[in-house]
Amino acid sequence: MTTARTYSKAMGVDEALDARPVVDAPFGTALIDVQKHRGDIVGLTADLGKYTDILPFRDAYPDRFFNVGMAEQNLVAVAAGLARTGTVPFATTYGVFATRRAYDFIAIACAHSNVNVKIIAGLPGLTTGYGGTHQAIEDTALMCMIPNLVVIDPCDATDISQITHAIADYDGPVYVRLLRGKVPRVLDPKTYSFVIGKASVLREGADVGIISTGLMTEHAIDAANALNAEDISAGVLHTPTLKPFDADSVAEFASKHDAIVTAENHVITGGLATQVREALYKAGIARPLMPVGIADTFVELGASPTLMVRSGLTSDGIVAQAHAALRLKRS
Amino acid sequence: MTRIPNHPPAKADIAALKARAKHMRNHMLVMARGPGQGYIGQGLGIADVLAAIYFHELRWSPENLTDPNRDRFLLSTGHYSIALWAALAEAGIFPLEELPTYGADDSRLQMSTLDTTPGVEIIGGSLGHGLGQGVGMALGLRLQNSSARIFCELSDGELQEGSTWEAAMAGSNFRLDNLVALIDCNGIQADGAIVIDIEPVADKWRAFGWQVQEIDGNDMAAVVAALEQARATEGRPHAIVLRTKPGKGVPTLEQREKAHFVRVEPEEWDALILELEGQP
Repeated sequence: MTTARTYSKAMGVDEALDARPVVDAPFGTALIDVQKHRGDIVGLTADLGKYTDILPFRDAYPDRFFNVGMAEQNLVAVAAGLARTGTVPFATTYGVFATRRAYDFIAIACAHSNVNVKIIAGLPGLTTGYGGTHQAIEDTALMCMIPNLVVIDPCDATDISQITHAIADYDGPVYVRLLRGKVPRVLDPKTYSFVIGKASVLREGADVGIISTGLMTEHAIDAANALNAEDISAGVLHTPTLKPFDADSVAEFASKHDAIVTAENHVITGGLATQVREALYKAGIARPLMPVGIADTFVELGASPTLMVRSGLTSDGIVAQAHAALRLKRS
Repeated sequence: MTRIPNHPPAKADIAALKARAKHMRNHMLVMARGPGQGYIGQGLGIADVLAAIYFHELRWSPENLTDPNRDRFLLSTGHYSIALWAALAEAGIFPLEELPTYGADDSRLQMSTLDTTPGVEIIGGSLGHGLGQGVGMALGLRLQNSSARIFCELSDGELQEGSTWEAAMAGSNFRLDNLVALIDCNGIQADGAIVIDIEPVADKWRAFGWQVQEIDGNDMAAVVAALEQARATEGRPHAIVLRTKPGKGVPTLEQREKAHFVRVEPEEWDALILELEGQP
């Protein structure tokens, strides 16, 4: 008798939930479109072109693409130099390598001078089963601490496409987490509009408000549906921009709900939950708040969906925290 | 607006460049006198190279510091700012009256570089940052069919930073013949004499695919000749290994214990300026 095993897939492919349509390589496709309109884009990677969806851009604009090899400090330095000659570099690598290996270069060569560099960071949070070496679990917290830097965690293919356009048109350094491969389409491009620094109310609710970022917004929508089926009125606020943080929208959304759940594919400390708490405290809004996110621990190796379930980064995890938050409200 | 000449003057006036370097050394003594300390040793050591760059080799215009087709000089060692301020003041970008503000609160002439000061191309000082940005600029200029060139200063101590070698690899891989590394080998770093062996410097750069010259960085004629030879390099970047003497031009400072950060007593400055004046 054989036991059914779940195997980890290579390099963060196909984290799409089965229920939704998917889009192939939304970042690479959008970057080609941006270059068609602007003409000043340069693509860079550090030996992860294939795994950051930038190869469509390389194939379309081979003269405007440079692979610097496994050298993330140089990736960011070269991008900063390119930006200083008036081009708009998009530099891709994994979030762990960009933030842990090239932190000083992002801070000084890019952010200190407000240089127009876009860092595109693959394998956010638990989208990879490769363990602590590859899971960027604290990257947005690190990036949010750097002055001048814009920090974005997209939800889906719609977000990625719109964000690629928006950050090309924004003059300054940006760090964006990337979902790659077959990326689900969760947000309707006809009604959703990404604006840097703005959160989007996806659902209005009354009992529990879910404030989410990144791919957790997909789970937040599913959780809201499940809660509504239990006659719990659940709202969803998607906050893709973590810096500058839309504290006003967060406070306004929270004030309309009895209890709050935050959901992020990132360590809770220093991440979305921390920013939401700060925003509510500053606005004088007291609500029970339960976070969904990665605990203060490195996560083991394993299949990405397994790790997401074990860390509670699922719609079920959000529903459970919603109940907990409502219990706090009643107690 | 002054047009940037397409080519540097065919023949350098070595005596005039030496005079520039001497002026710059004087500016540095004036600057360091304020705080009574500073990176004067490094500054005096690289004065000849900066004089050759700013007053002979660089195609730039002090009246148009943002011309997209200007040649760019990158000071990777931000703490050598005293030498850059001296060159930029000598070029007329700052009034000489501003020199004594070196290192003072609210001065544009700080002990390390910030790119908010006119004429500064990058923030130096987090060592190992310059050459990679130089690679990016050289790529960007080539993409835009510009003939402008990049001259990136870096130091021997900086060769201990791994990012320097990441950039060296990329420079030759992308065949950047519009990029020149000026490697100031003065033998000192923060903890004293070079603490971990970086020799043979020239062989290392050759092994990374660069065309390399090794010269006395305080011999103006040799510096000018090396820069001329670098212009002729095709298909790969060029490195000039400059052997320089900290404190060069002021015998008392040349003989002082090789220190990263030189302190001078208030009563010594007049004597040092007289010593400089007495030099050929």
